Parts: sequence; C-alpha cells; structure tokens
Amino acid sequence: MLRWLKPVLALLSAVVLAWVLNTKQGDVPPVARLLSPYGGFWQNGETAADFPDQQTLRLPALHQTVRVRFDDRRVPHIFAENDHDLYYAQGYLTARDRLWQMEFMTRVAAGRISEVVGERALEYDRFQRRMGLPFGAENSLREMLKNDTTRLVLESYAAGVNAYIGQLSPKEYPFEYKMLDYAPEPWTPLKSALLLKLMAWDLSGRSDDLRLSNILSKYGPEVTRDLFPDFPFRADPVVPDGAPLDFQPLPLPPAPPLPFAAAVSGLVPSREPDAELGSNNFAVAGSRTASGKPLLANDPHLQLNLPSIWYQVQLHGPTQNVYGVTIPGAPAVIIGFNADVAWGVTNVGGDVLDWYQLKFKDASRREYWHAGRWKPVRRMVERIAVRGLPDRLDTVLYTHHGPVVYDQNETVFNQQTPVRHALRWTAHEATGANEVLAFVKLNRARNYADYDRALRTYASPAQNFIFASRTGDVAIRPNGRFPLKYAGQGKFILDGSDPRQDWQGWIPMSQTPRVLNPARGYVSSANQHSAGPGYPYYLGWDYAPWDRAHRINGQLAHMRQATADTLRVLQNDDLGLNAQRMLPWMLTNLPVTEASGATAAPGAAARRLLARWKYHYSAESVGATLFELWYQELVQRLWEDDFGKSAIGSKMRFPARDRTNQLLLAEPGSPWLDDRRTTQKETAPDLLAASWKFAMDSLTRKFGPMGPKWAWANQKSTDINHLAQLPGFGHADVWCGGSPGSVNATGARNGPSWRMVVDLATPVRAYGIFPGGQSGNPASVYYDDMLESWRTGRLDELVFLQAADENHPRLQAAWRLEK
Amino acid sequence: MKSFFILFLLIFVLASLAQLLLPWWVVGPLCLGLAAWRGGSARAAFGAGLLGVALGWWLPAAWLNLNGAGLLASRVATLLPLGGNSWLLVLVSGLLAGLVGGLAALAGAWGRRASTPGIHQVH
Repeated sequence: MLRWLKPVLALLSAVVLAWVLNTKQGDVPPVARLLSPYGGFWQNGETAADFPDQQTLRLPALHQTVRVRFDDRRVPHIFAENDHDLYYAQGYLTARDRLWQMEFMTRVAAGRISEVVGERALEYDRFQRRMGLPFGAENSLREMLKNDTTRLVLESYAAGVNAYIGQLSPKEYPFEYKMLDYAPEPWTPLKSALLLKLMAWDLSGRSDDLRLSNILSKYGPEVTRDLFPDFPFRADPVVPDGAPLDFQPLPLPPAPPLPFAAAVSGLVPSREPDAELGSNNFAVAGSRTASGKPLLANDPHLQLNLPSIWYQVQLHGPTQNVYGVTIPGAPAVIIGFNADVAWGVTNVGGDVLDWYQLKFKDASRREYWHAGRWKPVRRMVERIAVRGLPDRLDTVLYTHHGPVVYDQNETVFNQQTPVRHALRWTAHEATGANEVLAFVKLNRARNYADYDRALRTYASPAQNFIFASRTGDVAIRPNGRFPLKYAGQGKFILDGSDPRQDWQGWIPMSQTPRVLNPARGYVSSANQHSAGPGYPYYLGWDYAPWDRAHRINGQLAHMRQATADTLRVLQNDDLGLNAQRMLPWMLTNLPVTEASGATAAPGAAARRLLARWKYHYSAESVGATLFELWYQELVQRLWEDDFGKSAIGSKMRFPARDRTNQLLLAEPGSPWLDDRRTTQKETAPDLLAASWKFAMDSLTRKFGPMGPKWAWANQKSTDINHLAQLPGFGHADVWCGGSPGSVNATGARNGPSWRMVVDLATPVRAYGIFPGGQSGNPASVYYDDMLESWRTGRLDELVFLQAADENHPRLQAAWRLEK
Repeated sequence: MKSFFILFLLIFVLASLAQLLLPWWVVGPLCLGLAAWRGGSARAAFGAGLLGVALGWWLPAAWLNLNGAGLLASRVATLLPLGGNSWLLVLVSGLLAGLVGGLAALAGAWGRRASTPGIHQVH
C-alpha cells in the first residue's frame, strides 16, 4: 500500500491548496477566485467597447422610452416621459456606476457589516442598531410610503436598481464584491431611508452632554457657565438679529428650578462622527453681481472617500429639469439647480440629540421611573447575522425617550443604581417628516414660494438651506425639526424621570430662523450659530467656530460686480482667521530665552518666518505648519491638566476655541493658565515657550531642519481613501492647501466633497467639481478623473441640457432605454 | 519530451475551455484525470500541469491587462502587495493556479504508476 503514499500526498496537497485559494481566509480574499482571468477581477476592466456611443438597453418595466446622454465626465442626462421612468432610470444608471458603494453604505447604516466581514464588525453593528438608525429609517419609510409622490419615487428608483442587479452574473459583480466575497442583494426603499439616517448620524450624531455633565459635577455651575457659554464672544450668525419677528413665538417650557445633577459617568461614546465635518454656502443678490442676477455657491465638507460620496445627474421629466448631485442610493437631487432656482445645504449644529439618565426598578430593567410611576420598558431583539458564525441576538431597551444605546463596558460609580441613558434624537421621529419629498419639491421649484413649501417636511439632519432664484430672491433658513426647549435644555444629561425635562413639542416649521433678501445683499452659512441672541427659541450652544463664516461675510460685504469666478475664488480662500487673531499675540508673548529654544538660530529663523507669514494655508506654506502645531499644543497645555481625561478619570472636553482665545488674550491672570500638575505657577508665556519648543522639536524630528519639507501640505497630509480602506485604491498625501478653519476647509481626511457655483442668469450657468469621479469602478479612468481639477481649485462647467437631442460639444454618448 | 508536450497541450486547451463555464478549481480534477490517462514521468506531469494551467491564465490575464483591466490590476498589485506591478500580478496569478494543476497532475501520474505495479517508464 506504501506505493499509494506519494499520489495520495500529492492529491491531498492539490486539494488543500485549491481549497485555501478558493476560500476567504479572515480578511484575505479568496485569492484564486479573485485573480482568475475567467471570473475574477480581470473581468472588471473597462474598455471603450463597454461604453458605446450609441446603444439601446431593454428594460421591460419602463412605461415609455428613456433617452440618456453622457457628457465627457460621464454624467448621465436622463430624459424621461414620466416620473416612474425618470427615477427608474436614475436608480438603474446610479447602480451601474455605484452599486457596491450604495449597498455597502446601507449595510453600514443598518448595522449589517458583520454579515460581510465577520465577527470583527459585531460591536460596530450593535452600536448602529442600538443608536436606532434602522429604527429611525423604518419610521421614516412609513411616512414616505404614505405619500403618493414619494412612494412612486422610492419604488421606481428601487426597481431601477434591481433591474441592474438582475442583469449581473457573478463575474460581472463590481470588484469589491469579489474582494470581500459576497453578492449584491435586492434593493428596497428602506435602503434609501437608511442612507438618509446615515447622513443624520454623520451630521447630527455628536453630543457633548455627558462630557458637560461631568464638568458640571467637577467644577460647578459657575465655572461651567463661564467656560462653556451658550453664546460665543464673537459671532456672525446665519440669521443675524435685526429684522422684527413676523410671528408670535410659543411660550417656552419652564425650566426645572435646579439643574439635574447627573451621576458622573465613565461612559465614553464608543463612536462619534467627526467634529470637523462642516460646509459653506453663500449667495449674493443681483445688486452685487455683474449680471444683475443672483449667484449661489455651496461646498459641503464631508469625509473624502472613493468612490465619491456624490454622484452627478441631470433629471428631465414632465415636471422638472434639474441638475445636481445625488447620494448614490437615494433618489432626487440633493444639491443643485434648475432653470429658475438653485439651492444648497450646510449642516446646522443645533442640539437635536439628548441623553436621559434612567432609573430602573431593579436589575431586570423591565420598568423605569417617570412622572411618579414605573413605566414598562419595551424590549426589541436585534438579530445580527455574522459571517461564518451563528446569528447573534441583542436586546435593546426602548423607553418613551428612545433606545438605551450603551448597555455594557460602563464603569458604574454607584453599584446600587446602575446608570443607563436613553437617547432622544430627531432622526428617530418621523411624524410629518418626509425628506425625500422636500428634495423632490426643491427639484421642481420655480420660485421662493416653492422653496418655502418644500422645506416644510424636511426634518433631519437639520440643514441651512440656501436659495437663489432667477427672479432675484436670495434666502437662507436653518431648517429642520427643532425640539421646543427651555434655555440650555439638553446641554447636560437630562433627568429621565422628570417629565418637565422631556421634549415639550416642536418649534413650528414656520418659525425657524430665516432671512429673505436682506439689505446687505447676501446670505451665507458655515455651520456657525443659527441665529442671534434675539431669536426667541433655544436651539443649542455648540456650533462651529465663526472663522469661516466671518471670512465669507467679510469677503461678500465688499463684493461688487461678482461673477461665478469670484465665488469660486472665495470657495478656495485659505486665510486662517484664527491665526490672524492669535499669532501676533503669540509672537509678542513668546519669551526669547535659551530654554524655549527661541534664541538659537533655527528658532530665530522660524520666528522671523512666522512674523512674515500672511496667514494663508497654502500648500507650500511653512508658516501654516508652524502656527498650527504651536497653537494646538498651546491649547493642549492650557486645558489638559483641567479637562483632560486624567483630571477626574472620566471624559470631559476642552472649552471651545472662541472661549480659549478670549482667555488667552484678555485674561492674563486667569488661574486656568497654571498647570496644576506642577508646583510652580505657569503663565501664558510659559505655556507659549513650552509649546513652541514642542512644535520646533517635533517638526525637526519629522521633517529635518526647517525648509520646504515643512510645507503645510506635508503636515496636513490630505488623504482620500477607498471606502473599504484598500491600499492602492485611494490617493494619499494630495498636495493641496486649505485647513479646517479656512473657507477651503480641507483637512487630513475631510474637505469640500462637492463645490458648486450657480449663476442664475438666463440661461442659467453652473460649475461644479468633486474629488473623485462618476464611476465607482477602480478600473475606470472616470473613478478619479475630477480629482486634479478639484485639487487645483478649478470647477467644470456643468452641461445643462434643455432637450434630449440638443447638440453640445461635450456630449459623448446617447443611449436609449426601451421597454 | 513528446508525452510532456501532448499532456501540456491537452491541459492548456481543456482547462481553458472548462474554465469558461466552470469554477477555476476544475483544473484540479482535469489535470488529475489527464495525467493518469496519459501517464509519463512525474516531472513531466507536474511541469505539464503547472505550465498548461498557468498558460491558460497568463494569456487571458495578459490580454485583459492590456485591454481595460491594467489600471485595476496595478491597484490590486499595490494591495497584495506586489509594488503595483500588474505584469508581476499576471505572473503570480498564473503560477498560483498552475501550482494546483501541477500537483493534481503529479498525483495523476503517480497514481497511474501505483495502480500498475511493475511498469517503470523512464524517459
């Protein structure tokens, strides 16, 4: 029998090797299936023949023929005879370019990543579900399906996506499916709703309630009020005070006599959206423009990824002809224009997410105390499919406030009363809300009255909707559903047992802050405070610093004869207002001593360079690198001893930049300047010297002696990564200027995800760019063909067609979709 | 040498055709069967399996690398990591599949010898 040993061994090795190469091993893809030229990634190539100039596609579900023109950026211009066909074609063509991305993002929202990558995403999935994203999406969908318009839009779009999925054989699946080894599943309107909730999470999911409560319990109300004021020292709100109120405000709910002393909690939010996400929009009235017609600009700042977060499209149907960007997976245009109007959005930092501390009857947590009695807890079981393992069940507790998000890993300070918090968040509540309807109506809007009507059903995430029309109107409105609060409600953790601390209704949609055609001839927003102190309602306290807004308004205020290019230049403005304000003081107060290194030759050269720096965050600026690191370290040294984690062992936060600067500039004797961890008494010059030395040393270590290598672009290091973080599929270290505090808010991972400028002359002319491309296929040149224009601050003129058979030099293909 | 070439050609043609319809691992049973049927030395069988299957990958992969998949291939070659060299990826792709083919063919040749004791073919 020994003679069979060799063949059996050889056979065994062949079988084992084949199995290994055919199976996903942890994060390693099924190598041979991926690399096979017969069915693997080689099949995902794109040649000219894959995108013919003329072709007819058979799609039996269409009611009539749809015509599609593609321009040289591969933007589809869809001409349909009815709304069903229009959104069906939008779904079909978006899926053709972005199927993997749109489906993956819905899995991110729904907490279904474990299904694809296995157990390591389990905690992520649990968090998404416990935050109630799927819960909010289902509530939202229920409302949207009640409305005939949005039901048609969502169902037609889903049918179009499914028509594309149905045509695919496994070897045609987008690359990422092969890489991660799974298959697309049918699209549903719920997935579109999930994507909107994911945006709500990104843009309104941050909360400092817990940190503020910890600060309150450590330092008391006076210090908290002083260092964390409800309104900043310097403000340039979206809707400034001035115009008299044209409404009778509702009475405010009475505040409880004493602020609630929440239990100190070691709870640390396990996942938070980036604080740097922001956006700009601005519009100037005809009085300031060369054409005499308004101009409008918008650049939403989001995490920069590939495939691009936005997808451009033109939708021409019986009731509309609109162009703009869409979120792959959601119907209708989100930011765009038509022949009559243009609109855009930036995020509102209002407080629409609050935490309620709960008191349970006992450890079984089946009842909680509210309004003087025990109320039942609703238990919802989440079933999480995990690749390669049995399904996991997770029970989430729901109170009338909302879900209990965190249920473990929490340091319980008082063993007798386990602390749990319920989440109240506008993204969960959908009564009367229909965001898709708002966008569909904006797409069809002809004038200000249409804009006004469209926004009434837009609830979450709250946005500053800017507007301009051909007839000369410019307007802006921080819009969304804002809870009706007493001043300061929800700044700290609320008492979940006290009904006075519940949300007491809503600010009427007709009473959100707003301005139409102000005398100053422009409107703008950059995530700053929504309204001046004269606005009757409390909306929140923690908005983005005023820097971008103030710079934009300063530039707009002396704009004359503006053109689209004037607005483009402002979008690319890289002046740092924070540097302009702080650097002269910092240089003056930096002690020139041996200890700070400021007398040594390199230190002296650096100081001279900074003194000459004009506060522009250009790509090659060395001054920007020096200032940013110096200032950040200064802030760190100022607050770390008082508000760092080590200070009380639980999570706090630093005071806002506005307050920090005020203290440094105007309160030289402040006790906060002292580092309480040392015996001597520190002053501002001590902190400046120490942080200066730190900045010089660390830059020298990182880049060598001061020189061109210290360029801001190297220090900032803007990366545009693939959504699944695949090396080789993104662009690392993009050489570009800007900074989170400049109008061109390009940071390490975030930045202008779409820049648009619209000139509402007749005919309307519009310009736009995003850092990527229309195609989601990494084999395509259209995957990132717009990146270079974006990097250098240029815009493409957008091809806006009036008819399907129009001639335009930039049109490249004409397809017909026929039933 | 002649038996090597025949086996190599058979494997190359049949494995390529089979993979148009069947999963890539069909090269395993195919090489096993063909080598057991044709016989020959172990070394020739292994070589024929390796090169026959590999060529069946090299040719289409090279063609696709030049026609539409080159950009993606260089990205995949960065990911793997092969320094972003798509031609290296072509080479490695073929060798991986070829190794399965070679081992299966080897098992076939040795199996044939084991089932017919006393016959020792030497080339």
